[in-house]
Amino acid sequence: MEIKAIGCEPLQLKRVHLENSHTLKVYQDNGGYASLKKAMDMSSDDIINEVKTSALRGRGGAGFPTGMKWGFVPRDSPKPKYIVCNADESEPGTFKDRYLLELDPHALIEGMLIAAFALGSQTGYIYYRGEYKYLIDIMEVALDEARQANLLGKNILGSDFSHEIYTHTGAGAYICGEETALLSSLEGFRGHPRMKPPFPAVEGVYACPTVVNNVETLTAVPQIIEMGGENWRNLGTEKSGGTKLWSVSGHVKKPGVYELPMGYLDMEKFILEDCGGIRNGHQLKACIPGGSSVYAMRADQIIGKNVRMDYEGLVEAGSLVGSGGFIVMDETIDMVDSTKNLTEFYKHESCGWCTPCREGTDWLTKIFTRIASGGGRPEDAQLILDLCDNIEGKSFCALGDAAAWAIQGAVKRFPEDFKKWLINKTNANDSAANV
Amino acid sequence: MALAVPTHYTNQVEVTDEAAVFSPEVLAEIDSHIAKYPPDRKRSALIPLLLLVVQRERGYIDNAGVNFLAKKLDIEVTDVWETATFYSMLNMHAVGKYHIQICKTLSCRIMGEPEITGHICNRLGIEPGETTADGKFTVSRVECLGSCGTAPMLQIGFDYHEDLTIEKVDKLLNSLE
Repeated sequence: MEIKAIGCEPLQLKRVHLENSHTLKVYQDNGGYASLKKAMDMSSDDIINEVKTSALRGRGGAGFPTGMKWGFVPRDSPKPKYIVCNADESEPGTFKDRYLLELDPHALIEGMLIAAFALGSQTGYIYYRGEYKYLIDIMEVALDEARQANLLGKNILGSDFSHEIYTHTGAGAYICGEETALLSSLEGFRGHPRMKPPFPAVEGVYACPTVVNNVETLTAVPQIIEMGGENWRNLGTEKSGGTKLWSVSGHVKKPGVYELPMGYLDMEKFILEDCGGIRNGHQLKACIPGGSSVYAMRADQIIGKNVRMDYEGLVEAGSLVGSGGFIVMDETIDMVDSTKNLTEFYKHESCGWCTPCREGTDWLTKIFTRIASGGGRPEDAQLILDLCDNIEGKSFCALGDAAAWAIQGAVKRFPEDFKKWLINKTNANDSAANV
Repeated sequence: MALAVPTHYTNQVEVTDEAAVFSPEVLAEIDSHIAKYPPDRKRSALIPLLLLVVQRERGYIDNAGVNFLAKKLDIEVTDVWETATFYSMLNMHAVGKYHIQICKTLSCRIMGEPEITGHICNRLGIEPGETTADGKFTVSRVECLGSCGTAPMLQIGFDYHEDLTIEKVDKLLNSLE
């Protein structure tokens, strides 16, 4: 698997190839914690303004402007403020945070400390998905190192700024990547999302002001403080600042985690050249570019279309950046089968709180199961789209939308695959399909 | 129409008021988890304690373990069950010594998960969701484990095994038998 930067100097991946990159010594020998020191000489407003200027947007999937999120925290509130890192990476096709947490844990600690300093927070939690237990062990060592060096805990670097960071684990639930569900889970409850408003910045964990940011979002913060928000933004585009990690999986020769400047040109070059192209003897059929929860793109929406890889570019091309998880599929893939696989995922992961999502994903799974067992009917395509319409925008949180988009994209853009199953009641290419 | 009753309800037949007893070392570990949260927010430690302590010490989430946690965290037994039954990594019944969890989501599926699952199940003579008669292996198919770039993959306990081939799986199973 590849881990490298293309089209820019590595920032997120600056240290990952160094031996013992997870240790404090290597981190500090390569400029680590200099940004924290710099930030501690700045005012809260200046730090938040640098992050706003950087045009950093949440890297978990929603793409919300980070500086604006921080700006919503009522810093004069008498309540304690919390920094929560969302390390519940569970979006299918997404595995970038895992490598940051494994290879560069101090970058996350530094990012959280800068956020904590800017927002006046004394406590931070890193919420890991339970399966990432081995990464918690790595982080605990890093946290101990930081404590020993007076970079964490009471009176950091001799100042009156104190902040402690704790690791916390979930136990298997995709929904806990949704920030309010994460907070419910952090409090020891089922991972049900909460009504917004109030937003977590005002009432988050324990009803206190809370910032919830993705791992990659927080590890970008020391870079922004080091080089200045404007310089960082200029690595990317006006509205999509900096660099971004893309996880690439599926039928490419070189799957991996790639760091690209925002606005990278273009998606075709990225898949067919940078990622080594499609496995031998096969052609690109489809790519889901933002984790499974976005519209799949057909090869002819990518090839020759000069798709710009940033938030606006992917919207124009008919999809979303999401978490940046590319799932690349070649012509052996039957989109009915691949979409059935995703309906099962969303059905399993729906938290059950609201009816459209709970019943809708269950019903969709039943329809796809019937189709895949030869019981397809010509009207099923419309039935599926109608069902998706009754989930999208009507569910309590974005999980329902995610499920609807993943399925609508396949039905609308790959009608020939559905036709086979709905008219002929079989996949004509069955012998060629490995799924 | 008959409703499918989740197995963790039907399996939960033995109800006891007894609370689990843990060694001083484990009790200290439990306290270190609770210390991460504000004193009036002990419940926050519930999920980590279920996953990292009770499941390890008791094999699965059993009545006695739940009773212990309810007392320890000053919450009701039903509160513990309410939370515990939500999370897929928490086993509500005994699993084999080695719990083989094969990632089944899209990237793994298109990179060969069906062959890997078929091979493992053939070799062990069980279906996904079952445990071998000697109690050694349980096989589950689970949703995305965040290892798509090294698909297909599986997790045994907390260990990731990635870039799987049939040969690699055989070697892995041999090392466990």
